[in-house]
Amino acid sequence: MARIAGIDLPKNKRGVVGLTYIFGIGPSRASTILKAAGVDENTKVEDWNDDELAAIRLKLGEEFKVEGALRSEIQTNIKRLMDIGCYRGIRHRSGLPLRGQRTKNNSRTRKGKRKTVANKKKAVK
Amino acid sequence: MSRSLKKPPFIHYKLASRVENTQAGGKKSVIKTWSRASTITPDFVGLTIAVHNGNKFIPVYVTENMVGHKLGEFSPTRTFRGHSGNRKDKKR
Repeated sequence: MARIAGIDLPKNKRGVVGLTYIFGIGPSRASTILKAAGVDENTKVEDWNDDELAAIRLKLGEEFKVEGALRSEIQTNIKRLMDIGCYRGIRHRSGLPLRGQRTKNNSRTRKGKRKTVANKKKAVK
Repeated sequence: MSRSLKKPPFIHYKLASRVENTQAGGKKSVIKTWSRASTITPDFVGLTIAVHNGNKFIPVYVTENMVGHKLGEFSPTRTFRGHSGNRKDKKR
């Protein structure tokens, strides 16, 4: 069982795909890591030998911020925006989109589930 | 698209000279400006700048963390007081 950065990689997937299970590693970083470690992208995760695994770990450790460290970096960046009271920080605080998208409708990812207003008067025809 | 790096950050020339003078003079007076698009540079740190929001001037105390942002980001132009019937928001 390959365990990298505190995450169990799925063993029956190809190397590139397996690495993307780590937070902070996408397809492009996965292939750079494998190239640097000298491992073929198509090798299954379970078929990595110890040397290859060590090479991958080394490469990943020295170059990229992943998992917990990355998450906390993102959080501190958001916190900074909120503390200085700039527009993006205010939008973070109120849970609305930051980049000027419309909020009349849509933007449900930021706003969460619809909150229906009860007892709304019906328009008189 | 972000600004080309070969150019210096944009600061309105009058604002730049005002900032320079106040920092050199040592006297901390509030600088009024309409130039919301000006970038905050390290020279600004410690000053209070009144940034116009279209209605009035919002005083902004510049800290080190704000360097690289624009002045307008700290002076909101819209007021949202909550929807009607939303009691919780109204109290504020």
